[in-house]
Amino acid sequence: MVKPCEAEPGHMDLKTKHQDEAHMKDTYSRAGDAADPPYLSPDYVGTRIRSPKQPLIIIPQTLSEITGPVYGHSDAKPEEADLTKQHAGEPLGERIIVKGRVLDEAGRAVPNTLLEIWQCNAAGRYIHEVDQHPAPLDPNFTGAGRVVTDAEGRYEYTTIKPGAYPWRNHNNAWRPAHIHLSLFGPSFLTRLVTQMYFPGDPLFPFDPIFNSVTDAKARDRMICSFDMETTKPEWALGYIFDIVLRGPSETPPDLD
Amino acid sequence: MSGRTPSQTVGPFLHVGLAPAPFGFREIFSPTVADAGVAGTHIRIEGRVFDGEGTPLPDAMLEIWQADSEGRYTHPADGRPLASNSFRGFGRCPTAKDGGYQFATVIPGTVAGPDGKTQAPHINVGLFSRGILKRLFTRIYFADNPANATDPVLALVPAGRRDTLMAKPDPAKPGVYRFDIHIQGDNETVFFDA
Ligand SMILES: [Fe+2]
Repeated sequence: MVKPCEAEPGHMDLKTKHQDEAHMKDTYSRAGDAADPPYLSPDYVGTRIRSPKQPLIIIPQTLSEITGPVYGHSDAKPEEADLTKQHAGEPLGERIIVKGRVLDEAGRAVPNTLLEIWQCNAAGRYIHEVDQHPAPLDPNFTGAGRVVTDAEGRYEYTTIKPGAYPWRNHNNAWRPAHIHLSLFGPSFLTRLVTQMYFPGDPLFPFDPIFNSVTDAKARDRMICSFDMETTKPEWALGYIFDIVLRGPSETPPDLD
Repeated sequence: MSGRTPSQTVGPFLHVGLAPAPFGFREIFSPTVADAGVAGTHIRIEGRVFDGEGTPLPDAMLEIWQADSEGRYTHPADGRPLASNSFRGFGRCPTAKDGGYQFATVIPGTVAGPDGKTQAPHINVGLFSRGILKRLFTRIYFADNPANATDPVLALVPAGRRDTLMAKPDPAKPGVYRFDIHIQGDNETVFFDA
């Protein structure tokens, strides 16, 4: 990851020295951090005043970081995995099923972990007071869900395909369709908030948030794939999206 | 072997999924980390979050993760049994229009550190918002705690910046510690990478 102000000499000494020590006992990989966007990604204007200018201080992975909140089956209800069934009627839009596995970088399943899900409706409007996009709200769609992975790390939820929506980052700025996802994994260090995109979206080249991830292969890992086997006849299109959380430090970096 | 799924911002509408009560969706997290029955010194932590222009963030969210008053984490990697089932050690609080947040908790105990050292009481903090592409990670320490002097993580922080990690007793409000976060600027909070 590119850290802000990497060139500051005094801090570099500290970082380099400590990084060597820290690596001896890391529980979780640091190499995989390269997939993440930098804090400062100037084309995404909001990052300019919401990213640290000082370098991050590298610290060892202590008990405080290798532990973390454990949220699983008792925290989600089965009906929360269907975003189309939360109101009296059915939401408008294209019904979809999204399923996949949550894994770590070593390919091991992450069982019994909570996914929090949120999105706009089929017209590209969030049920949120800050969203002023002049597209209709859907009285039958909230856009919030929850699901917990099973013993093999599998999850599945049903929703409607979100629309694209405008934002004010630059002239004629539109977000590609996406679903927001939040996961805990087994420790404080495995926490992940990401966005799932849909294949072939024409807005990809123009979206500074999608492109804040500088590695093309890493960007591809945020795009789900259409899956005919998941697709249910006369009911819903199916998409597969595997999510890979930070894994053990032994994992060799970036083998794909 | 698999490549990691990259981090993305929570965006401005995070509340729909992460603090959804106002939208009629069941809430499972709260800013109360320790109920009244939990052992320890009960405190509130209050503060505000500011951007590089000194403007408060009305659309951020903080998550905290901490040990109990005996320094035990509710997690298998700690392994020690806890005194109370109601203590999970985790809290979540979206910021208000004035950038403010607050948690109700207990002061954590000391925690084992690297090389047999002991870590001073501290709370792990994750900060999320629009414009933050990956959770920012900092720690809250308690300004009046003598164990800070030998804390191995504070020792890695340039001395002139350690004060940004100190929650301070609010003279006007007994039991309240104040901890502001400045993402940029003269008082920029120290952020960590573990
Ligand atoms: Fe969004």
